[in-house]
Amino acid sequence: MTSSPVYDVVIIGGGIVGAACAAECVAAGLRVAIVEARMIGGGATAAGMGHLVVMDDSEAQFALTRYSQTLWEEVRDELPREVEYDVCGTIWVAADDEEMREVMRKQQFYSERGVEVEVLDAQSLAEAEPNLRAGLVGGLRVAADSVIYPPCAATFFVERAKARGADVFVGKPVQEITSDGVRLRDGTTISAGVIVNAAGSWSPSLTAGLDVKKRKGHLVITDRYPQFLRHQLVELGYLKSAHSHTAESVAFNIQPRRTGQLLIGSSRQYDVEESTVDVSILNRMLARAIEYLPTLGKLSSLRAWTGFRAATPDKLPLIGPVVEHPRLYLATGHEGLGITTSMGTAKLLVDQIVNRAPAIPVEPYLPARVAMIGAELAHA
Amino acid sequence: MPETVRLIVNDVEVTMPAGSMVSAAIMATGVSVFRRSVTGEPRGPLCGMGICFECRVTIDGEAHCRSCQTECRNGMDVRTDG
Amino acid sequence: MDRPRHACDVLVVGAGPAGLAAAYRAAHAGRRVTVVDDNPDAGGQIWRGEQREPRSREAQVWFERIRSVDIELIAGARVFEQNGPRSFLAETPAGVCELVFENLVLATGARERFLPFPGWTLPNVIGAGGLQALVKNGLPIERKKVVVAGSGPLLLAVAAYLRAHGAEVLLIAEQASSLRVARFGLGLINQPGKLSQAFALAKGFRYLKDCWVVAAKGEGKLESLVLQRRGKRWGVSCDYLACGFHLVPNLELAELLGCKIEDGAVSVDELQQTSVSQVYAAGEATGIGGLELSLIEGEIAGLAAAGNREDARRLSPERAKQQRFADLLNYAFALRDELKRLAAPETIVCRCEDVVLDRLRAHDSWRAAKLQTRCGMGPCQGRICGSAVEFLFDWKVESVRPPILPVRVESLLSK
Repeated sequence: MTSSPVYDVVIIGGGIVGAACAAECVAAGLRVAIVEARMIGGGATAAGMGHLVVMDDSEAQFALTRYSQTLWEEVRDELPREVEYDVCGTIWVAADDEEMREVMRKQQFYSERGVEVEVLDAQSLAEAEPNLRAGLVGGLRVAADSVIYPPCAATFFVERAKARGADVFVGKPVQEITSDGVRLRDGTTISAGVIVNAAGSWSPSLTAGLDVKKRKGHLVITDRYPQFLRHQLVELGYLKSAHSHTAESVAFNIQPRRTGQLLIGSSRQYDVEESTVDVSILNRMLARAIEYLPTLGKLSSLRAWTGFRAATPDKLPLIGPVVEHPRLYLATGHEGLGITTSMGTAKLLVDQIVNRAPAIPVEPYLPARVAMIGAELAHA
Repeated sequence: MPETVRLIVNDVEVTMPAGSMVSAAIMATGVSVFRRSVTGEPRGPLCGMGICFECRVTIDGEAHCRSCQTECRNGMDVRTDG
Repeated sequence: MDRPRHACDVLVVGAGPAGLAAAYRAAHAGRRVTVVDDNPDAGGQIWRGEQREPRSREAQVWFERIRSVDIELIAGARVFEQNGPRSFLAETPAGVCELVFENLVLATGARERFLPFPGWTLPNVIGAGGLQALVKNGLPIERKKVVVAGSGPLLLAVAAYLRAHGAEVLLIAEQASSLRVARFGLGLINQPGKLSQAFALAKGFRYLKDCWVVAAKGEGKLESLVLQRRGKRWGVSCDYLACGFHLVPNLELAELLGCKIEDGAVSVDELQQTSVSQVYAAGEATGIGGLELSLIEGEIAGLAAAGNREDARRLSPERAKQQRFADLLNYAFALRDELKRLAAPETIVCRCEDVVLDRLRAHDSWRAAKLQTRCGMGPCQGRICGSAVEFLFDWKVESVRPPILPVRVESLLSK
């Protein structure tokens, strides 16, 4: 016996991906419920660096980040002040000739695809970022990259969805995904034509067999030093870190906030469940950062914290239907690019739900591309 | 131990009793605005005991020093950000 | 990484009265004692500057005692992180040092509670204890016009101190009602020393009950105040406002260690032991109760931490007596509801991030407010705004993570 669903779509997870999906769903005329276990904009959305970047690990990654960046640029003027949208740009920093060759490869890659980039030699790099150590070889500036404060962006999307009739359930953990919706831990059920698992690093607990692993990261934020840094900086070793499947790695990554505070990262660890700060990882991460910015050590730091990214084996998110379940879709597995690609994800997800032609091919992100391990409906 | 200490606050020489804190030296020059908040509001000391961070100034080139917790020393260079 | 290491039997965090009393008793019992404090000198708040400018007989007695035993005092050191169950890291101007101990006494004291009202962020609007501290640290206050406001007997002590240093104290605005303050005075009948002290302090001041500041005004700094009392409002010109609403315990280190907190204070047994073994707490951190209570608690904690539980127990009756004063204090000067409505929608509540009341009100918990507005994410780490929102919204302000005070990035590079 089935009753007609209350909603067209129920989205599990109020992080930036779930929030962006909710906004896109209502924009497409769907009745939407969003269910968040803790707080809107929590999870990795709250913990991570809010960068909006293009990436070139693969054509699919580039397509999704580029598409998403365009969408962010389109919505930029509507975002409230507290989203702190700042087009500071990224500089990929080359410490040796090998990394400089990578700079040239990126320059070609991006130029061929219409992304404006600029190669910096040692001197231009020093002029662009005077606090970088001497002896670096150069870098690649990507001027259109930006930073935001993600929790407020998530709230913006949720408020937008609410304004058009979406129902928002906060502080309501989902116990399980059922055949026609979700059952909450408090016993209530929400039925929907489509269920979207956008629960980030918690998504495998709701969908068994999902190959999404927690990848822990560390961050430190400093006090205000307004002239210290102008661009987001990333070492070219970042890619080596993001690529690898080894247990733990650190890479230099730093981001300025509008107030002049600096967000220092990054680290990656698999197979760690505790959210406590790992002193040895923090050491390595900060030591690496100080290698690039020698005067960083003297700056005052206010907080250190961790977060969990949701990582997939092929570094691409899962956006689309789960073959084994008639109503279930995934929007998860965004690793370190969730903020950027939340908007592209939302579009591609809704394209598939309402059968609309997507702006970029969806195949690379389909859940069907990866085998689910013992696929079945799961209990939380 | 010397009875007084001479330091420079915003390029002005100030003489203070030994053991005074930099916050007192700043206020002795008639300055009430120690720094600006994130939205540009003028701010000065609030708690006097090192926990509010509103008394921060640059001392000998180092930013964000809590002036209420820093003893005046001979030759110290203090800059407010009013 | 080479880092100075201080090992001791008893580590005392906080060199105020409770900490000094604990250190003395533990050292006198033969233990190796180290005292560490963030301030440049020992004395905490109430005995700030005592070593340079002696004013209190009692302080002098205790400093003399401290000098008579072998104690290592590390001033200007902020404990910011644990380095194992029996080890802390503290930052000094020179770098990071390690403090290794067997037993710990937390004497982290209290801070003033500040409540937001229009204009409270103007320069020269300062805490009551705050202005006293600044004057003790050398701020010239002669001939300056000062209004003292807020709540608690501290206001009287501050007014007297400021006047003794040449300030013109225009009035003391106490938010508690005359009835409550009178009851407090009557309650002191059993402690004649305190009673006469209170009377002496109040003498010669315009001491207005049922009175509070509703706004501070001025261009770039304080110029005048608007006061309210029993339905009437009036303006007062002044140079400084010394305003604080009672005290709240400093709990960050206790929370970091996992000590049980109850009613906003560290929970202790009759030997001042916390819920964590070999960790003791004494003084205002265990509940606001004034100087005498802090001293006796410190002595008990020091004796207990040194293993001398018998002598520690002998001090229980004295502590019980002082606890009655503490209870009286907290009742008499409880904060009235009107103070929750002083802030306007555009009044800043979080000073570090300039978050106004209106934005905070949109949330139903500290965590959500913090995430969405960044309230509490500044250098004060929620110490100022947290105490305010606990009163304003009945929010529970949640526990801390290291570093529990801002430290240099390189100080986080530990081994």
